[in-house]
Amino acid sequence: MPDGFGTDHQRIDGRAKVTGGARYASDVVVGNVAHAWLVTSAIARGRITGFEDAEARAVPGVLEVFTHRNMQGAVAETEFFAKGGYVGSTIRPLESDQVWHAGQIVALVVADTLEAAREAAQRLRVRYAEEAPAAGFDAAGVEVVAASDAGFEDAGVGDADSAFAAAAVKVEASYSTPTQHHNPIELFTTTASWAGGKLTLHEGSQFVHGLKHGIAAQLRIDPADVHVVSPFIGGAFGARGSITQRTALVAEAARRLGRPVKLVPTRAQGFTIATYRAETRQQVKLAASRDGRLQALVHEGWEVTSRPDAYKVGGTATTSRIYACPNVRTKVHMVHADRNTPGFMRSPPELPYMFALESAMDELAYALDMDPVQLRRINDTQREPIKGLPYSSRNLVGCLDAGARAFGWERRSPAPRSMRDGEWQVGWGVATSIYPAHIGTATARVTLLPDGRARVQTAAHDVGTGAYTAIGLAAAEGLGLALERIVVELGDSDLPPAPVAGGSNTTASVCNVVIKACEEIRARRAQGQQGAIEVYAENVPEGLPPDSIGKLYQGRNALGGGLEGGKQAMAAFGAIFLEVRVHDRTREVRVPRVLGAFAAGRIVSPRQARSQLTGGLIWGIGAALHEQTEIDPRSARYMNDNMAEYLVPVNADIRQVEVLLLDEQDTQANPLGIKGIGELGNVGTNAALANAVFHATGTRPRDLPVRIEHLMA
Amino acid sequence: MRPFSYDRAAGAPGDAGTTWLAGGTTLLDLMKLDVMRPERLADINGLGLAEVRLDAQGLHLGALARMAEVAGNAEVQRHFPVVAQSLALAASQQLRNMASLGGNVLQRTRCPYFRDPSHAACNKRNPGSGCGAMDGANRLQAVLGTSDACIAAYPGDFAQALVALDAEVTLRGAAGERRMRFADLHVQPGTTPERETTLRPGELITGFTVPAGPWAARSLYLKVRDRESYAFALASAAVALDLDGKVVREARIALGGVATVPWRAAEAEADLRGKVLDEASATRAAEAAFAAARTHGENAFKPELGRRTLVRALLLAKRMEA
Ligand SMILES: Cc1cc2nc3c(=O)[nH]c(=O)nc-3n(C[C@H](O)[C@H](O)[C@H](O)COP(=O)(O)OP(=O)(O)OC[C@H]3O[C@@H](n4cnc5c(N)ncnc54)[C@H](O)[C@@H]3O)c2cc1C
Repeated sequence: MPDGFGTDHQRIDGRAKVTGGARYASDVVVGNVAHAWLVTSAIARGRITGFEDAEARAVPGVLEVFTHRNMQGAVAETEFFAKGGYVGSTIRPLESDQVWHAGQIVALVVADTLEAAREAAQRLRVRYAEEAPAAGFDAAGVEVVAASDAGFEDAGVGDADSAFAAAAVKVEASYSTPTQHHNPIELFTTTASWAGGKLTLHEGSQFVHGLKHGIAAQLRIDPADVHVVSPFIGGAFGARGSITQRTALVAEAARRLGRPVKLVPTRAQGFTIATYRAETRQQVKLAASRDGRLQALVHEGWEVTSRPDAYKVGGTATTSRIYACPNVRTKVHMVHADRNTPGFMRSPPELPYMFALESAMDELAYALDMDPVQLRRINDTQREPIKGLPYSSRNLVGCLDAGARAFGWERRSPAPRSMRDGEWQVGWGVATSIYPAHIGTATARVTLLPDGRARVQTAAHDVGTGAYTAIGLAAAEGLGLALERIVVELGDSDLPPAPVAGGSNTTASVCNVVIKACEEIRARRAQGQQGAIEVYAENVPEGLPPDSIGKLYQGRNALGGGLEGGKQAMAAFGAIFLEVRVHDRTREVRVPRVLGAFAAGRIVSPRQARSQLTGGLIWGIGAALHEQTEIDPRSARYMNDNMAEYLVPVNADIRQVEVLLLDEQDTQANPLGIKGIGELGNVGTNAALANAVFHATGTRPRDLPVRIEHLMA
Repeated sequence: MRPFSYDRAAGAPGDAGTTWLAGGTTLLDLMKLDVMRPERLADINGLGLAEVRLDAQGLHLGALARMAEVAGNAEVQRHFPVVAQSLALAASQQLRNMASLGGNVLQRTRCPYFRDPSHAACNKRNPGSGCGAMDGANRLQAVLGTSDACIAAYPGDFAQALVALDAEVTLRGAAGERRMRFADLHVQPGTTPERETTLRPGELITGFTVPAGPWAARSLYLKVRDRESYAFALASAAVALDLDGKVVREARIALGGVATVPWRAAEAEADLRGKVLDEASATRAAEAAFAAARTHGENAFKPELGRRTLVRALLLAKRMEA
């Protein structure tokens, strides 16, 4: 029986994962390896004035203590990824005595054993000349810059301020979302080894070709001499997309010591040597006519970033394009503070910005005395309002209707505080989810062997999403084979390049190119070719330039699709329905059930799609109720940098989670009609939760996470 | 982590330089974080001391009984529900499988300034260096029993059950065995927050005795926290009631998550004695319990949450069938 798109199948790598057969970067054993331990800065701003390293160097087994004193100049300056470079932070840690943020790497200790490296690192004393840091929004000394000054396009149309002033019904409110850290279970491990001038890196990566070229530039070597191996990734969520600066340091240490070096940073160090989700503050104004039609939408955002890097969250690009609204004004500001550079974290723009928009929509529904589902239905549109681009397909209304039906929405009594179960106040909330559908230039090699087995090779990444299985199903579809006959090889920079595992593009990008290769194989077979047939294929999606192939070979992504770029707007949609219970005395918020209905194009691999969306909904609950990196405003340090105090939901927090997948055929987005689903599930869930809390309690949570103390008034 | 020697304790009392290793779930964490730097570990897991026994006097618990075992014991659940619940609601199943009762009561604060030596100011870790939490990230820190030197909260749960029920702790040291009120084990920070207990150097906890009493069966542990499981208490209450109809003959109350030590709420107990237990009397008792509370910024909500937690616990206990 041939398999193909839509086959319900377990993960083809599932057995390896649960039996320990899957080797993650942290598992890889390299002969004669030396162990590294990081020392990170205790201050957030200032200079290093000296080291007392005699005690550290005296620990038996210590090979070297690397600091800026002996590493300066070793790592070349490279561009920020948003300016066409590879690195997620341009702060080069061991380049000078300057400290840019708390937790910056200030030394790398290498020893024969992990224990010796750790002990020596703990015995190293660093002296600083400390300056008062600016930790975030309210600190003196931050620098506020319009994102438009750094190339961001603030979307707008019409005259939103006049329309707002003139409108019959309006709401206006400020919202905030916290700093959050990805905390993938696998730590930010790197093992670097050199042989004959060639570097091999074992490191979990969402973009092996980017890492290959970026590290080559940093170390001033030929990219052809770099091999990145990353077949399995213990969670990524955006944290492993662009390059962190630790990799070059480990590689350089290995080069100097003439010995492989392995670094396994601590959980706490992961908070400061990689990226995070920037905290935001937002202001939303919505105005509508009495029948609920939006007349004006104003959305402004402020986002924290580091001193040197202009990382933009910029979710207004999405929130301005969802509803039919003739007058829109948006504006994004970056707030430069003494912090490490933030970066992509699952649904980077949409998760924080949709929280504000979808909370405001709920506030507007109450102001209109209208059902919040109905308000979203009324303002549905098949064209985004900014440039008037048609959506390639859009079935938000179908999601709202199917979701409402399955959830039993008609049984909701609309007034706040009107539903109750014993000592618990009950609330039901709804919110829209959206995620832009991206597709990138990609390449793949597919080989059909004479015995009817096939192999797919592409440097795409399975960050835990099920990409191995989805890509296998594409080959099964293309060649008419059972999935069991197909071997998929991913996550290795020696394979043909594929884009970063980001923006939920992998399934669309890779399946399209794999199908192309399979069609060529079938054609050759039809022409009578015998033996093994190996086809290498490239796919440049409509709207992307032909040279994007060349760029991909240099480790630079070309992603198309989405809401802004082309002749049409492409996005997947969903509607989230969520129930909360809030204890009437002690105010714990619990979530007995959540339901998401999604229309996301062709579902390639239904079991993994469900798993992604289920995980997204759970993430959304955590993003609303639990996840927050606490910052000491005096020191600009992260205070709960461990998994005991940085809370994510545990099993007991997650009860009923239901995913509905609507049929959607999109003939416009890309030849296969695939939209990404990896990030869709967590968008809007935080707003659905906050809206449910308002319904339960009459208190409107506008600052995440929603905590007991916010509900005690 | 610093180098250390490791031995299996043979039962003899340790000397001043010995640090006992039980489940290791507090100790090894803090050694890896470089907060605790013991030179000599003596592993006590071979010593037995694992008894879980009920008799007419009460409940006898060995220091090396595991949290999970006591939490899951049907007799304990029935006759001393507050003991079983305080253990069941703590940590995670994996931790409860490893962790011992003796180690549990000696767990150290979760104050982030204490747990990371790169924070310069922590009077508990480095006497005289100041208190980072006082004006810093202190959402989880204490409002009762604090001092100008330290506001670190005692994070555990089980100890509240023990203080509420007037448990005794048995100790073995160089001078032989001694017993004392469990309530006398922990000391408030005062000007010496580095001193957390009245244990003598090298002294070993061998067990606990929880006396039987008419209140023990009508007892419970209520823990309010940010998530449903596996989180430290924002506020908790161990409550045991002896009722005469609706009237309180005797109330035993201890509070967690809000204080620097396992906190006996004696004022609240006195307030309830002889009263009809209802919303009004429970609220008055809760107010008495927090009359001396001092907040520090982020933990400003704790007295109110603590009061509500106690009221809820008292009213729940009243409804129990005991
Ligand atoms: C992530 C996490 C979450 C947690 N959540 C909770 C929670 O919600 N509630 C809660 O109550 N606890 C919680 N804990 C704490 C946990 O319960 C304690 O770590 C555990 O009970 C300690 O017991 P242990 O046997 O492992 O002690 P160890 O780590 O072996 O010892 C702890 C200390 O006690 C000393 N010691 C041990 N036994 C004796 C003895 N018999 N006599 C004298 N000294 C002794 C040791 O020398 C050491 O100083 C949590 C811990 C972690 C890591």
